[in-house]
Amino acid sequence: MSADHSDELKTPLYDLHRKLGAKMVPFAGYNMPVQYPLGVLAEHLHTRKAAGLFDVSHMGQVVLTGTGADKWLETLVPGNIIDLKVNRTRYTMFTNEQGGILDDLMITKRENDIFLVVNAACKTQDIAHMRANLPNGIELTELNDRALIALQGPKAAEVLARFVKGADEMAFMEFKIATIMGAECFITRAGYTGEDGHEISIPNDKAEEIAKALLAEIEVEAIGLGARDSLRLEVGLCLYGHDITQNTTPAEGALMWSVGKRRREEGGFPGANIIMSQFKSGSITKKRVGILPSGKTPAREHTKIMDASGNKIGEITSGGFGPTFGAPVAMGYVKPEFAENGTEVFLAVRKKLIPAKIAATPFVPQNYYRKK
Amino acid sequence: MTTYFTEEHEWISVEGNLGTVGITDYAQKALGDIVFVEVPETDTYAKGDEIAVVESVKAASEIYAPVSGEVTETNEELEDNSALVNSSAETEGWFFKIELSDLSELEGLMNAAAYKSFTEALD
Repeated sequence: MSADHSDELKTPLYDLHRKLGAKMVPFAGYNMPVQYPLGVLAEHLHTRKAAGLFDVSHMGQVVLTGTGADKWLETLVPGNIIDLKVNRTRYTMFTNEQGGILDDLMITKRENDIFLVVNAACKTQDIAHMRANLPNGIELTELNDRALIALQGPKAAEVLARFVKGADEMAFMEFKIATIMGAECFITRAGYTGEDGHEISIPNDKAEEIAKALLAEIEVEAIGLGARDSLRLEVGLCLYGHDITQNTTPAEGALMWSVGKRRREEGGFPGANIIMSQFKSGSITKKRVGILPSGKTPAREHTKIMDASGNKIGEITSGGFGPTFGAPVAMGYVKPEFAENGTEVFLAVRKKLIPAKIAATPFVPQNYYRKK
Repeated sequence: MTTYFTEEHEWISVEGNLGTVGITDYAQKALGDIVFVEVPETDTYAKGDEIAVVESVKAASEIYAPVSGEVTETNEELEDNSALVNSSAETEGWFFKIELSDLSELEGLMNAAAYKSFTEALD
C-alpha cells in the first residue's frame, strides 16, 4: 500500500516514529503514527498502567501578547479568562454567532502573555478567526518552531520529575516554564487521556532528543493516535469534528461546566444569547450523552440510536471498544427526553438492533492529580 | 485437505465437501487488535453474502462467504477470546464451518503461493 504522502506535513518526531516502527497515517494534513508495534490495545492499557508518550505536535500553539489580551479573548470564548490565575490552564471553546462550537482549546495565562493550544484540523481557521477580530495592541504569534508531546499515565509525573524538579508537585491544570536538556519547555499538567500527566512544548530542534530520553525511561512507551482516541473516549472527552461541531452548542454538548458563573451572567461571547437561553430553559433538541451498548458489538460513529418503538432519537458520534472498560463504549446525541442515565435505547448496527443504556461518563475513573 | 484463499483475505480449508473458513494472517495484521467477531447464524448462504463481521480497535470489517453452502458450526472460542484471530488467524482463529453446495466455486480461488504474491503486490 504505497500511498503518496508527499503533500502531508511531518512533525519534528517523524523520523523517530519511523525508527520506532510506527504505522503512519494521514491525520489533519499530517503524517502521524496511528500505532506502534505494541498495537492499539496494549498501548492503551500501558498508558492506564504506567506512562505513554504521544506526539501531538500537529496541534496549533499560539501566543497572544498585549495588554487586555485576556479580556479580548473573552469576546471569542465562553470561558472565564480574565479571572484565570497566572500559570493556570483552562479548557474552553471558540463559539460562533449561532452558539455552535468552532473548536475547543486550552488557554494558559502566563506572566506576560496567553498561550493557546488548538486542534490541528482547526488551527488555520482558528488563527484566521482570531486575526480577523484582533484589536490594535494585541499580537498573535504562531509557534511553528515548537513541537508538543504529552506524557500521560499514573507514572508520568514521576518520570517527568526526573527531568524537571517539582513536575510531580504541580497542580492539575498548572503551567510552568522549565529547562529540559538545555531547552526551554512549556509544561502543563493536563492531557487527553483521563490520566495524570503533562503536555510539554519543546523547541523543534530538541524534540527528538527529549522524546528519546523520556522513552528511555523504563515506564514509558510510545503511543499512537489509535490509543489516544480510545483513551479519551473511555473518559468521555470530546473529539472536535465528531462529538462537538459547528452544529452543536456548549449546552447541547454538555459542556456548560466550562462556562463560569460570571460568563453565564454577563454573556459577551459569540452566540451567548442562544447558548444561555438553551441552558436556562433546557429547550434543546439534542443532548450529548454517554452510551453503553449491551454485549460485545462496538457501535461506531454515525450509528443510529432508536427508541423502543423504532423511531430514530439520535446518533452516535464516537464509539468503539474500551480496552480498560473491557466492553464497547460510545457517546452521541439523543433527544433530551432520552438523555437521562439508565434510559434504554437501541443501536442500529448493521441489520441488528442492539440494546444499550444511556450512561454517565467517564466510563473509567479519571485519574487526575489532586494536591494533598 | 486443501486450503484456498480469496482476494478479500479469507482462507477456506476443504476436506470432502466441508470447508473451514477464517481470515488470513495478512488480514489480521492489517486489522490490528481484534475485539469482537460476529460469527454467522447456522443457515444457508450464497457465495459473496455478508456472513460475518470482524471488529478491530479501529473499525468493523465485513466478511463475505467465499463459497455457497450451509454453515454447520461456528467457533465458540471466539466469543470470549477474539484475540485468537490475532494470535492464530489461520488455525485456532477459524470463524465457521460450511458444507459446500458447489465444489466448482473453489476453482476461482487462489492457492497459498498465488495468495502470497497477491499480498506482496499490495504492500
